[in-house]
Amino acid sequence: MSVEKSKARTQPRKVSKTYELRLYVAGQTPKSLTAFANLKKICEEHLAGQYHIEVVDLLKHPQLASGDQILAIPTLVRKLPEPIKKIIGDLSNTERVLVGLNLREHKQD
Amino acid sequence: MTPAKQAKQQLQSLPKCPTGIPGMDEITGGGLPKGRPTLIAGAAGCGKTLFAMEFLINGATQYDEPGVFVAFEENAEELAQNVASLGFDLKKLSKQKKLIIDHVRVERSEIEETGDYDLDGLFIRLGHAIDSIGAKRVALDTIEVLFSAFDNKGILRAELQRLFRWLKDKGVSAVITAERGEGTVTRFGLEEYVADCVITLDHRVTEQVSTRRLRIVKYRGTLHGTNEYPFLIGKNGISVLPITSLGLEHPTSTKRVSTGIKELDEMLDGKGFYRGSSILLTGTAGTGKSSISAAFVEAACQRGERCMYFAFEESTSQILRNMRSIGIDLAPHVKNGLLQFHVARPTVYGLEMHLVTMYDLIKEYKPQVVVLDPITDFFAVASQAEVKATITRIIDFLKTHQITALVTSYTSQNDNLDQTVVGVSSLIDTWLSLRNLEHHGERHRGLYVLKSRGMFHSNQIRSFRITDNGIQIGDMDLAKYQMESSTT
Repeated sequence: MSVEKSKARTQPRKVSKTYELRLYVAGQTPKSLTAFANLKKICEEHLAGQYHIEVVDLLKHPQLASGDQILAIPTLVRKLPEPIKKIIGDLSNTERVLVGLNLREHKQD
Repeated sequence: MTPAKQAKQQLQSLPKCPTGIPGMDEITGGGLPKGRPTLIAGAAGCGKTLFAMEFLINGATQYDEPGVFVAFEENAEELAQNVASLGFDLKKLSKQKKLIIDHVRVERSEIEETGDYDLDGLFIRLGHAIDSIGAKRVALDTIEVLFSAFDNKGILRAELQRLFRWLKDKGVSAVITAERGEGTVTRFGLEEYVADCVITLDHRVTEQVSTRRLRIVKYRGTLHGTNEYPFLIGKNGISVLPITSLGLEHPTSTKRVSTGIKELDEMLDGKGFYRGSSILLTGTAGTGKSSISAAFVEAACQRGERCMYFAFEESTSQILRNMRSIGIDLAPHVKNGLLQFHVARPTVYGLEMHLVTMYDLIKEYKPQVVVLDPITDFFAVASQAEVKATITRIIDFLKTHQITALVTSYTSQNDNLDQTVVGVSSLIDTWLSLRNLEHHGERHRGLYVLKSRGMFHSNQIRSFRITDNGIQIGDMDLAKYQMESSTT
């Protein structure tokens, strides 16, 4: 896993079903690595081809913490679709991550 | 600074970090503990945020210590507006890189918790702010907001403990504000983590007059006053009024000043009052307390001294008119700036506000003579003990500044030594008593010196007349008159 901030956005806003996710971490701690692995797994299972994950390492870019009001680490921010949602923790509870991302609703429509 | 070096320095004496808040540094012996966190607890509207803000602003402007203010409740714009009325320009300080205001907004509704986490985001954010301006001071206002934002209280408590430890390691002097709890210092027990210095703020309303109070609950490694100290939020921000901090070390003068009445001077060893002494004038209604005050003020003005007259019952024009009727014309002295009147009803605001207003006026005008006429009405706004404390402070303050003070007070006809007067009488150097005496259907006034420290004084009761040409004091035929109350 590469913990790098990349600005490249694949499909900005054009398709409403695109999930733009941002994962905030602080260095490559076990918690961050677990969170990333869990996130990747969930996205592949439920959002294959419709998501983009951006990983922000606050140790390298501390100034970015205030933008999304990040306190807890790791924090997953769903930038799109709106409204913004935040899920904190290592994302080990798949059920709650799905609820947090409103993926249940998404599947229904 | 290495930890070893720091420890060595602490052995010598606990380093202090001055708050710059008037009075606060006096009662703490120099300020808050340097490089350590301090907890400020109090209910809503007590002035916690202002205290924290002043600590940072004063640090940035007076002590060259930049600060970071982490606001969990209000945003930078709101905070700037709130303190603008007190004359603080936060935007300017931010531009000069002396102050960072970081608004941390936590929205519970958009947060979901899954599994393990820590608060590194907050640490990194705070660390970044501290490092970017080299901050020496930090305020966290109010960190308890986090308790409503996160479900996992176990993690939160551990992280807060780590945060306070981390602030110490960073060497910043921090102020953490917290809500007061039921039966505990703070609602979430933060005092368990911030163990170095705990201060509580309180806001009480008694008899419709509000008073704010501050108390140092704990201050590890330092001597501190344990009393409750009244404090004010005035036009310049917070000021704490320590009563006990004033020692009995004021200089004493051997110079004498005339009372403005020749015969009264004679009763006082022929020379009048000591300069810088405190004089109490007691008497029943209509015995001429204001007249004697006015005569004294007139004499002082004629010597070219500056006088300040605090009147709590009559308006300026009323005093001027009444005094003119007995041949004392004070108006010219008001015009040429030697005499200032300040009129305020005691009930308009609390005692502390009166005190600070007086302090400010006196410091600005620098008078040599101050008159308080009368102090009795203060008992309408506060308890006896509080009034006594306030008057003690005023008199101490005036003495330290070598200002001759004339204080008048009512006594009831039968009560010879009014309780209130007994309270302050020990502070008084010269005590003049005025009495009404009745004889053959006529009323006469009698005057005598009850005490006068450091001088030989008359023991006689003299007759005291107020005429068109001023005050006349003469001999009294003791066989003819009897003091109405013989309880003396």
